Amino acid sequence: MSDHVIEVRGLTKRYRSALAVDDLGFDVRPGAVTGFLGPNGAGKSTTMRMILGLDAPDAGRALIGGRRYRDLRWPLREVGALLEAKAFHPGRSAAAHLTALAAGNRIPRSRVAEVLALVGLTGAARRRAGGYSLGMAQRLGVATALLGDPGVLILDEPVNGLDPEGIRWLRTLLRSLAAEGRTVLVSSHLIAEMALTAERLIVIGAGRLVADTSVAELSARYGSLESAFLDLTSASTEYRGAYDGRTS
Amino acid sequence: MSFAVFAAATRMEWLKLRSLRSTWWTFGATLAGAAGIAVAVGANSKDASADVTNNVLAGVAPGLLLIGVLGVLTMTSEYSSGMVRATLAAVPNRRVLLAAKAAVFGAVTLAVAEVTAFTAFLVGRAALPSRVQAPGLGDPGVLRAIVLSGVGIALIGLFGLGLGVLIRHPAAALAVYAGIVFVIGELLVALASSAVNYVPLALVSSSIAVTRPSPDAVSAWPALGILCAYAAATLGAGGWLLVRRDA
Repeated sequence: MSDHVIEVRGLTKRYRSALAVDDLGFDVRPGAVTGFLGPNGAGKSTTMRMILGLDAPDAGRALIGGRRYRDLRWPLREVGALLEAKAFHPGRSAAAHLTALAAGNRIPRSRVAEVLALVGLTGAARRRAGGYSLGMAQRLGVATALLGDPGVLILDEPVNGLDPEGIRWLRTLLRSLAAEGRTVLVSSHLIAEMALTAERLIVIGAGRLVADTSVAELSARYGSLESAFLDLTSASTEYRGAYDGRTS
Repeated sequence: MSFAVFAAATRMEWLKLRSLRSTWWTFGATLAGAAGIAVAVGANSKDASADVTNNVLAGVAPGLLLIGVLGVLTMTSEYSSGMVRATLAAVPNRRVLLAAKAAVFGAVTLAVAEVTAFTAFLVGRAALPSRVQAPGLGDPGVLRAIVLSGVGIALIGLFGLGLGVLIRHPAAALAVYAGIVFVIGELLVALASSAVNYVPLALVSSSIAVTRPSPDAVSAWPALGILCAYAAATLGAGGWLLVRRDA
């Protein structure tokens, strides 16, 4: 299933003087949940936005199955994305939101009811989405990502706003989607959650790759995933110096 | 990019436009405003020698404001809500997306604007006092004035849509829209400048919605051309930026 591989090569993005993503390269393969870890501001969202063609890289490329996102004919059928909560108009209902997007990629209308049921929003489907709680908004985001039954899923901090039950639901869902042979890339800054959800890990700090490995290997090498994460990203964490400097 | 992609994008934009209540409120207010003003103007007509068609077509004025605002908001609300990420995920080819958006918005507002212009004329005519001769649709220039008034409203809507692409922030884009369409006109009137004939509002009210062109105003068809240029300018510049800017 090489057409489901996300391929990032030499990806670089500069915002004014700051280098948000710096010569980043990695592959994300199907069949496993790949965690995309890094401290806040490490460049996770920027990288995902470049994979999805929302931001243009200053150098390098990001390909999905060998093609740029913007060259996909019906992209929602190949890649499902959730970038931050609330990528919807507050005045539109969940059903109307999904129906319009389905039409935009010639996805059968019956799929709308299916994904609404899958995320548990059937009862609220006709209500204006502006009144949704953060957790419901995230569920609508997951429904949007799954709308085209895509082989590749890219989710930025999807557990934000979910309650413990929702977090467990999403974890099970992501693992089963990966088990079906899909490529699943999930960003987070929550190490404990990643330890439970992901098998593979890509860790970045200050826009650069610091580890591309498996959860098992990293935990074994550092004793725990948390110490691995803190050690690997310590050089790139902005606020580390001030506090450590005072106490030591 | 193939026609199928454009057709699907068009269907998506139509479903998006019609699923917002604000769209229907705007159209309702446009029609109600047209009828209300036309009745008031018609019933108070005294001068039988005046351009009665032009007077009752004053009813399209609320539509000029509202449909332009709807154009601005149709685009800027994509950015303020975050919807633009979902939209671009479905249609990453930004030229195709803007073409689909403009086609849908232009076609829908044209239909509403024509109904508005005809409503203003017919309702206003019905309200005329008996001593004022009612203009007929077959009289010289009448049908042209009505039909082109509708086209003018739709073009100002597209001008607003283009402004929304250029200036993605709703408040800023609305301020610029109001500035260009309303404030500059007032300013030019105050300065007694002949440039006032070229502001969008004057092009519709003094050049297009008239049966007897006044000597200093632009005539109807060139005026329509200028309105096309206004819409093309914002949509063209907006499209150029849309393709190049990070979303």
